[in-house]
Amino acid sequence: MSAILPPSERVWWKQPLERTELVWIVIALVWCLIMFFMMPYWHIYGQQNLSNEAYRAKPEDFMNKTQAMVDKYKVREEGPDNLKVPVVRPPAGSDVYLVARLWSWFPLLELEAGKSYRIHLMSMDWLHGFSLQPENINIQVHPGYEHVLTVTPTSPGTYSVICNEYCGVNHHTMTSRIYVVKQGT
Amino acid sequence: MSVNRMFRTCPASGLAFHEPAEKLMRWNAVAAVVSLLVGGILAIGVVLTRWQAVHLLPADLFYQVLTAHGLNMLVFWIIFFEIAVLYFAASTLLRCRLATPGMAWAGFWLMVIGALVNNYAVFRGDSSVMFTAYAPMGAHPTFYLGLILFAVGALIACFVFFGTLVVGKAERTYNGSIPLVTFGAVTAAIIAVFTIASGAIILIPTFLWSVGLIEHIDSLMYKTVFWAFGHSSQQINVSAHVAVWYAVAAIVFGAKPMSEKVSRGAFFLYILFLQLASAHHLLADPGLTSSWKIFNTSYAMYLAVLASMVHGLTVPGSIEVAQRNKGYTQGLFQWLRKAPWGNPVFSAMFISLIGFGFLGGISGVMMGTEQLNLIIHNTIYVPGHFHATVVIGTTLAFMGLTYFLIPVMFRRELMFPTMAKFQPYVFGLAMSGVALFLMGAGTLGVPRRHWDIGFAGNAFPYEFPGAAWLMMALAGISGLVAIVGGGMYLLITVGSVFLGKKIETPGFQHVRAAQGVAGAAPLQPVAAAVTGHGSAGMMAPGTFVLAMVFLTSFILYYFINWKYLATVWPLK
Repeated sequence: MSAILPPSERVWWKQPLERTELVWIVIALVWCLIMFFMMPYWHIYGQQNLSNEAYRAKPEDFMNKTQAMVDKYKVREEGPDNLKVPVVRPPAGSDVYLVARLWSWFPLLELEAGKSYRIHLMSMDWLHGFSLQPENINIQVHPGYEHVLTVTPTSPGTYSVICNEYCGVNHHTMTSRIYVVKQGT
Repeated sequence: MSVNRMFRTCPASGLAFHEPAEKLMRWNAVAAVVSLLVGGILAIGVVLTRWQAVHLLPADLFYQVLTAHGLNMLVFWIIFFEIAVLYFAASTLLRCRLATPGMAWAGFWLMVIGALVNNYAVFRGDSSVMFTAYAPMGAHPTFYLGLILFAVGALIACFVFFGTLVVGKAERTYNGSIPLVTFGAVTAAIIAVFTIASGAIILIPTFLWSVGLIEHIDSLMYKTVFWAFGHSSQQINVSAHVAVWYAVAAIVFGAKPMSEKVSRGAFFLYILFLQLASAHHLLADPGLTSSWKIFNTSYAMYLAVLASMVHGLTVPGSIEVAQRNKGYTQGLFQWLRKAPWGNPVFSAMFISLIGFGFLGGISGVMMGTEQLNLIIHNTIYVPGHFHATVVIGTTLAFMGLTYFLIPVMFRRELMFPTMAKFQPYVFGLAMSGVALFLMGAGTLGVPRRHWDIGFAGNAFPYEFPGAAWLMMALAGISGLVAIVGGGMYLLITVGSVFLGKKIETPGFQHVRAAQGVAGAAPLQPVAAAVTGHGSAGMMAPGTFVLAMVFLTSFILYYFINWKYLATVWPLK
């Protein structure tokens, strides 16, 4: 008679479906399929898709590439006296390296609005989370995996990068900036 | 064989309890409630620290308390209770003796030792690695060892459950097929075996790594296999609490499943597809392709979501049919208005159902969409989501079941019946507040597992909008109310079990069942099909309207998030 007793009909799988359930199953299935197709659809027509480009890399190599970029394109330094961090302004379309480590991002970036950059993300040690605010774009950063994304900043301003993957006791101090400037300035 | 064949038939509910099974259920339930108490005390520290105006604990203690809160609530409270549910669904509902009670006790003590060892590791202070414990961040070896011991104990319990099904079948303690609730428990147990196997695959190497026997654990491999354990264990919760929903509908209303075929089919979809959902933890990770992500996180085209939507209709639908048969046939919703809202068994179950669907379900599917995950990943939206699924969904359903089991299994009257009447509302509504406000803060970018969103003293601080701070404060206030609600539950259960008035039935005697069989309940005569009480050709039109309200909210919320996504920086 009820759900805590064996089915009263021995051949319960031959009971016909009632209309409430049947209609709902059809509606729910259609909705599930729409949600499924939204994802490939956005890959074709949408602007915001995570890249499939990633490489295994050694932390030393990645750090060397980052340092080379910093040496080439550094425009100034920022931060308190004992902890100066270089600000880098790489040319549009170039490869930009951003290192995540305990507990800082390296270096600060200055990008032009409307231009695209190939941003390489990697961690030197533990897992970190790249969280761009106030845009609210959030990407996982792994040690040993170099993740390459093509990013196009839209409007000028000062953006913050915070770490949103828990990485130990000073996790909340791991913050940085991305400056987006007008084209041609 | 010196098997204890003692059965006790509960005079109030007519359920037959096998004594060794009953004792195991009680002890597992007690261990669960103790874990809930520990986790609840820790919750105070979490809530009062993330509420920035209070900011109670220092950073290291906050991360430690957060780790212990997660493990005690998500792992120990829920799994101990689930083991009790498994034994209830097998032994009690099939009126069958429990297979190998000795093994079941071994499993229970392993779980207890595992929980203690794991808590020891966290309280040492060098294992504040959160529930996820992502390698290469390492914890003390006893952290992994505790989890492994606990998992082995739980695995033994699953096999005792399967063994009991075999015993029931062999000794013909029931006629025909197993009850739907037992079928749901079988689903949970099958998923549990898969879950625990995945846990072993990742936790054993990580344990060996922590003691220095293995040199390197790849972070992406760890994260991938971990979630086959970490998220699948949430699928055990879903299966278990859906089974509890059906059980409560049956116990309170005598509700019959609208269709055995549909409900069982939906559970079967869980077995086939639900674990694929684990992949949605990897949507923002490098090194996995989009096609892999889309296939897996859509649980193979959302067939498991479909199953949950089906349960979401059939559980209230079966209640509606039962109520209409009792004569509550006016309009669309008289059956719901006349439901026993003062009975905490029912109100807890119904709030659990609504909260799980509207808050937990919709947000979960949204987060699990490949591109939408970008604007949500690792923000405090995620804890908002799982406090709706695991706390409102699972925990509240289990709380409701407890109110039924105290008189039936512990043979005690509920203490503080008025408080019990209000407890599901206090806890459920406050926790809905927690979930909603955390989701709101997450939409504004507030990170989870973060000690200070004020970034005081940082070289490059970020200033969150005032709305985000307000959301966190409101979440803090709701959290405190929810903790009060949890405290009410603990007071009622602990008070009733130890001090409640004993229920004595005059002339009551234990039944010594021949051959270990309590005797099958006679097959019920088939109820005449009721078709006259619905409208528009539907037996449950009110439920259908509710389902359409749910679908409309779902669709709106889903596309609002796509619209929001379309405004952020293009990336590919």
